[in-house]
Amino acid sequence: MALLQVRGLKVAYGGIRAVRGIDLDVDDGELVCLIGANGAGKSSTLRGITGLVHASGEIRLAGKRLGGLPTHAIAREGVALVPEGRGIFARLQVWENLAMGAYARRDKGVDEDLARVYELFPRLAERRQQIAGTLSGGEQQMLAIGRALMSRPRLLLLDEPSMGLAPLMVRKIYDTIQAIARQGVTILLVEQNAHLALQVSARAYVMESGGITLAGTSGELASDPAIQAAYLGS
Amino acid sequence: MDIFIQQLINGLVLGSIYALVALGYTMVYGILELINFAHGEVTMIGAMVALAVIGAIAGSALDLPGLLVVLAGVLVAIPACMLLGFTIEKVAYRPLRRAPRLAPLITAIGVSIVLQNSAMLIWGRQYVSFPPLIPQNSHEILGAHITDLQIFIILLSTLIMAGLWLLVQQSTLGRAMRATAQSKEVAALMGVNVDRVISATFLIGSALAAIAGVMVSAYYGLAHYYMGFMLGLKAFSAAVLGGIGNIAGAMLGGLLLGVIEALGAGYIGDLTGGFLGSHYQDVFAFFVLILVLVFRPSGLLGERVASRA
Repeated sequence: MALLQVRGLKVAYGGIRAVRGIDLDVDDGELVCLIGANGAGKSSTLRGITGLVHASGEIRLAGKRLGGLPTHAIAREGVALVPEGRGIFARLQVWENLAMGAYARRDKGVDEDLARVYELFPRLAERRQQIAGTLSGGEQQMLAIGRALMSRPRLLLLDEPSMGLAPLMVRKIYDTIQAIARQGVTILLVEQNAHLALQVSARAYVMESGGITLAGTSGELASDPAIQAAYLGS
Repeated sequence: MDIFIQQLINGLVLGSIYALVALGYTMVYGILELINFAHGEVTMIGAMVALAVIGAIAGSALDLPGLLVVLAGVLVAIPACMLLGFTIEKVAYRPLRRAPRLAPLITAIGVSIVLQNSAMLIWGRQYVSFPPLIPQNSHEILGAHITDLQIFIILLSTLIMAGLWLLVQQSTLGRAMRATAQSKEVAALMGVNVDRVISATFLIGSALAAIAGVMVSAYYGLAHYYMGFMLGLKAFSAAVLGGIGNIAGAMLGGLLLGVIEALGAGYIGDLTGGFLGSHYQDVFAFFVLILVLVFRPSGLLGERVASRA
């Protein structure tokens, strides 16, 4: 059974239906991406899964229903979201942000994971005492990802990690995402930049006006003429 | 010169009390962006409950040392105020968490009126006097007088503020409070139970208010169902002076406001040739509030501009 199983997920803001009943699966250890244009409902899907907005339908993590749980309880089940715009705690120091990532953990592996995050992002180690708001955009994205890893998530949700970053930094972040995936972390990646997302992921879903219009392996989708015309600009 | 030192001491005592109350305003504002106008009333309830306990013990056959009686009053007032603050948040503010900002603000004013009138019904309209249980030993420094009580108020407030600072800066709860103040959504994504953090904030703020309430009633020797109004406004001014939402700002703002007020009251007679007397003391707090709002709306240590309500 899939680690994340979403069936008939609907999210609405007032009368506007942002997500209109989608099904999606992410298997254990998989890197799956959800691509689509601005406003297709990708972020709303992630917000629905994490309980940040009210969602109907069924969401299961390793068989356990998440629907209706408050956000903090879903986080404690092992779902970590790196939100759009990164959402770092700008007035906290870098290490305090990372400590917040491990907030719900009571086990002894926290220090070990902190060392691993610093190894993954040496820049953060150099700046551990710095106020997070003074970091560059790329460093803030590293911090947001590192903070999510500190919870030792069973499922990592990434919302537009390339947004607003210089091309070089985007490359760096994507290398890291691949490295994290290779370590066995299950990832659902939401991205407008379809080219990038299809390169790193194994499977992909294409979202359009609140529904999933296509699904398949990333290789298939990347060579699909309709996808190429609509999202890859060729 | 000696009047300067004397008023400085008086100002520091008053300022310590303002700071304790201002912390309650600023912590709640930091997290909810709500000006909890009922906070002054929580301080008043703290004083009233403590005095009721003190009065009951002092009037009974028990012959306990005075300070022990006062301590008993404080120890009852703290949990009473914590329960009150917790309940106010849960009943009056939590249902309005997603409402427009004006709704909880008006509710806060409503809660404040309810508390005032309840206190009036329970304890009456007359001033309740603080029994003479605390020895009034006075010491002389640099030509000014300072009583044991004044020393005690300054020391205890300093200790409490240092403790609070440690809690907020060093503990896991404090870190969660600061994170929640920046983004409730992201804090929840970290597994923080935001409702609990908000409750904790009200519990801590109310405990400080209870202590401040007992201090102020011991200092002036009386308590009254209406005392929370002016005290609350002054503490709110102190919080704005320091930069509302900023904990160090509330401490600094409280002390500064107390000193400004005391010095103002000490010199206003001389400055106006006797036209205005020291009973114009209250004017200074609000004069300072206006100056801050005009020239530095984000306060001395504030980073954000408190732009709305």
